[in-house]
Amino acid sequence: MTIIAENPIKAVAAPSQVQQKVIDSLNRRHRKENLFRRLGLTAVLISLGLVAVLFINIFSKGLPAFWQSAVTLDIYFDPQIIKIPPMPQQRDDESDNDFRQRHIEWQTEIGFVNFNRLITDSLQKVLPDANKHRRDLARVVTSGERFALRDMVVADPSIIGQTRTLHLLTDANIDVWLKGNIDRSLPDEQQQLSAKMREWVDKLSADGVIQNRFSLALFMNPDSRSSLASAGLAGAFMGSFYMMLVVILLAVPMGVAAAIYLEEFAPRNKITDLVEVNINNLAAVPSIVFGLLGASVLIGWFNLPMSAPIVGGLVLSLMTLPTVIIATRSTLKAIPPSIRQAALGLGASKMQAIFHHVLPLAIPGILTGAILGVAQALGETAPLLLIGMKSFVASIPASPFEQASALPVQIYLWQGNELRNFFEARTSAAIIVLLLMMISLNGLAIWLRKKYEKRW
Amino acid sequence: MSNLSLIVVLLVLLALGYQLGMARSRKVATVNSDLRMHSRPHHYGMMVGLWAVLPAFFILILWLWLSPAIINSMMLSQLPATVLALSADELRVVSQRISNLANNFGVVADAAQWELDAAEHLRILKANSAMVLTSLMAVIAAVGMLLSLLKITPRLKARHQVERVVKALLILCSTVAILTTIGIVLSMVGETLKFFSYIPPSEFFFGTTWNPRFSTVGIGEQGSFGLVPLLAGTALIAGIAMLVAIPLGLMVAIYLAEYAPVKLRNTAKPLIEVLAGIPTIVYGFFALVTVGPFLRDLGAAIGLDINATSALTAGVVMGIMIIPFISSLSDDIITQVPKSMRDGSLGLGATKSETILKVVLPAALPGIVGAVLLAASRAIGETMIVVLAAGNSPALTANPFEAVSTVTVTIVNQLTGDNDFSSPQSLVAFALGLTLFVITLLLNVIALVIVRKYREQYE
Amino acid sequence: MSNSAPVKISASDVKVFYGDNQALHGISMDVYQHEVISFIGPSGCGKSTFLRCMNRMNDTIDQCRVTGSILLDGRDIHEPALDVVQLRAQVGMVFQKPNPFPKSIYENIAYGPKLHGLAERKADLDDIVESSLRRAGLWNEVKDRLDQPGTGLSGGQQQRLCIARSIAVSPEVILMDEPCSALDPIATSIIEELIDELKQNFTIVIVTHNMQQAARVSDRTAFFHLGNLIEIGNTNDVFTNPQQKRTEDYITGRYG
Repeated sequence: MTIIAENPIKAVAAPSQVQQKVIDSLNRRHRKENLFRRLGLTAVLISLGLVAVLFINIFSKGLPAFWQSAVTLDIYFDPQIIKIPPMPQQRDDESDNDFRQRHIEWQTEIGFVNFNRLITDSLQKVLPDANKHRRDLARVVTSGERFALRDMVVADPSIIGQTRTLHLLTDANIDVWLKGNIDRSLPDEQQQLSAKMREWVDKLSADGVIQNRFSLALFMNPDSRSSLASAGLAGAFMGSFYMMLVVILLAVPMGVAAAIYLEEFAPRNKITDLVEVNINNLAAVPSIVFGLLGASVLIGWFNLPMSAPIVGGLVLSLMTLPTVIIATRSTLKAIPPSIRQAALGLGASKMQAIFHHVLPLAIPGILTGAILGVAQALGETAPLLLIGMKSFVASIPASPFEQASALPVQIYLWQGNELRNFFEARTSAAIIVLLLMMISLNGLAIWLRKKYEKRW
Repeated sequence: MSNLSLIVVLLVLLALGYQLGMARSRKVATVNSDLRMHSRPHHYGMMVGLWAVLPAFFILILWLWLSPAIINSMMLSQLPATVLALSADELRVVSQRISNLANNFGVVADAAQWELDAAEHLRILKANSAMVLTSLMAVIAAVGMLLSLLKITPRLKARHQVERVVKALLILCSTVAILTTIGIVLSMVGETLKFFSYIPPSEFFFGTTWNPRFSTVGIGEQGSFGLVPLLAGTALIAGIAMLVAIPLGLMVAIYLAEYAPVKLRNTAKPLIEVLAGIPTIVYGFFALVTVGPFLRDLGAAIGLDINATSALTAGVVMGIMIIPFISSLSDDIITQVPKSMRDGSLGLGATKSETILKVVLPAALPGIVGAVLLAASRAIGETMIVVLAAGNSPALTANPFEAVSTVTVTIVNQLTGDNDFSSPQSLVAFALGLTLFVITLLLNVIALVIVRKYREQYE
Repeated sequence: MSNSAPVKISASDVKVFYGDNQALHGISMDVYQHEVISFIGPSGCGKSTFLRCMNRMNDTIDQCRVTGSILLDGRDIHEPALDVVQLRAQVGMVFQKPNPFPKSIYENIAYGPKLHGLAERKADLDDIVESSLRRAGLWNEVKDRLDQPGTGLSGGQQQRLCIARSIAVSPEVILMDEPCSALDPIATSIIEELIDELKQNFTIVIVTHNMQQAARVSDRTAFFHLGNLIEIGNTNDVFTNPQQKRTEDYITGRYG
């Protein structure tokens, strides 16, 4: 960088001079090179870090929610409290229907039994001053557990008069208190639990009567508003399950069929071009637009039921269809024409060549695409909100035509629950369940692709 | 019989027809041993099975589509005159009640005698309908199977028939995608026009206030339906998302495509793509409980007033979501730039970064622009992150630290799963949806055209 | 050309491996200053691989390993103190397929000088661009459309643009990897004339599969076969009086 200014290059500079300039520029350029390379590496590390932060965050919040405070009690199924007639037996002259009717009446009668008394009675044995605080006493165990007791009686009436040791979930607020998810120094009026209750709970916890136990409630129960501690994902899971069933039965075969036609049979012309552009665009249409389609066409015109997994499944099928078509087409494209020609050369019809020779080779690729499509549908939330699936459903749907929620929608509903201290963890736990399902689906797809990967 | 069992029976019939057709064709073949059968036995089997099942299935679909309306009107015609005088909306409530009674579902308040009668009537009508349908299908299936069995001769081109049916099915399936698009456009245009009968389009597209009120207030007390604040919120959040995602995504793509050793590339690429597979509700939750408070505290530490739910929170998290989208598309595009281009630059003594910045990126630019547009369209249409983390406050602001609202959030808010689409408060959701659809469609079309041109250039 | 000219490049026992495959089996040869030397041989014989060793272009290929030594002006090009950037500025390269950058004609030529900081002022850069294009015989054809994309030129013009591009950084050696294989006969003859002129100032190593071309343009010829250097000598001698049976078979068209 020295003498050149006075010495402008006419033709091409003499070699040595040029070399000197190149050497002079090297330091600066290598610094830039290193900077650029480090920028790239940083970007990769940041992105990987974000993945890690997201997962660590969700797992650290959610994992504790799989363990819940439970109180261990000796429950005496007191015949004085459970005064019910014996379980009806079917008489010979009785029709199945009549018997069922009688059985239902019997169950209804059990429903009137005050099972809470059983719980409070046995709690009194561990809490000496319980009688003075009956209101608090009734709130130690979450209200859903009385149905567990009822179900035990219905299943086996001979239990009446016996004593059983049971682990019953405590109220959600007790769980929050014991896990330290609320500031213990807050004044009384800001605490969810009364002073007496807090004293009890700490005592029971110290005595080992209340322990943190792994709870299946999250998996076995449907959602609940009255008994927050036992609110579970079972209903949402079944809703998602039915929807995925619809997607697998509709979107996958239809997508594959459409791809076969477009890739193998359709003439190359303006119309197929248009179809192709249309499918590519459909794949990029925001999911919420499919929700609008479902709301106006499926519910508005076809009068299908609101909040039903069948409608959700149809909407998600339409949304997944382009993904399946695109994946299948690219798989079919990768199969060399020589395979088709070989089959045609042996006298097979075009249909036979494709169904007997091309399709079997394409199955791993098609499966991979289908699984990825299903995974995408499984995690979708927005369109489901528009077809009424965000309403609260407290039962496990028995068919795709009944009201139901879905896993991602359940997450949406729980994150909005007022009892934030309890539901932040429970929502994270639900997310863990959803993520594990997605990861296993994606893992399956990757495994399939690896296993059958074939280079032509 | 329930519809599900009807379908099961049809499947059984398909198998039965298949077996019968095969057996019959073998027999025909032995009788006419001098002639060669045109098709293989299983083709005859398939043909018989299809003839047995397809017409019956067609009837089933037609019946399921048309019968509910007919049954309902037959039931309604038997109702007392006083009930029939009710308005259409009230009549719908009545028939819903009766249908619930007929299905043994509970209804609010005790049912009147005429309601119980109508329910009984409805039950009978439904039972009759199911019986007629079952017998009709049985007859048609039997006739189809018998006729096609009788038609089997050596010259019958069964394979052609079967293949024609299969091909028709394939074509039917490929039209579904088209029908979906048409359905989206038609339904949304229809509802949007209804909306414009309440609110003039000029007020919707150019209004700067969004305050729709509640539908219960009635049409007399109309709110204001100005799109501008929603579009501004959408643009603000999408813009922040792109500011996060473009530099990160592009640098990731460049590093993985040009620098990273194979091992790092093979591990890092799928790990980053994990981000793309995470459901958006999870991002929304992450934004709400982690990123939002973090940004608020960070802002407080440096003297900025940042809302926990704000355009910034939603934008940053959406940017994270889009990183893999930009990185994998750009990666594909960068690796498509021919090696000869890199060689030309390296051969002149350029360093790697000079080659990337001055030759590879300019060559890949159109493709990258396409990728960015696709990512932008995804950001604009994203719903759950903004529903949870943007704060839902439809104010016209350019301050990223404040809460905003977007087109997608408003669609969710206005259409809360209410199937009464008659108020402008619900109908506006479709107008918003149509706007969203058109914007993303334009972005996608431009992006796809650019990317396709780019691919052709190097093919 | 007499052998009294100084040695520009001296290779000894150069071996190249692609993964487990050995592509070159110990090549040793000298290249003299300001000569045109051509490498001939059937495809896959290693002539291009060896050419790419001379400015370490093989570094850009994963799994490629080079052993042996190559001296440029007596200095080993693999020694750590020698920067590959500097080496490639000294030893330029023209590729088989014309590969102009997707930039204007002007920017294509100015690319190298800008990178290496060869011109301080715009006027200097203009001078370099003009003189490079003139020496590549392209100036008169493109002087009115310097701002148009280089990819818009014809194939032969593109290849001359690429030659001008490498001249612009004033290399001492120009490596040409089958520069005419993608061109028609007229464009080929223009490039051949150009090579003849360029050898006044540059040392030129050219790989070709066209034996007539080797005979027309080069002072010396080296024949490669299956990764071995079979014969090297004055072009006339190699073509009229080959020492090796394999050379003779190749030249007379027994295989190729």
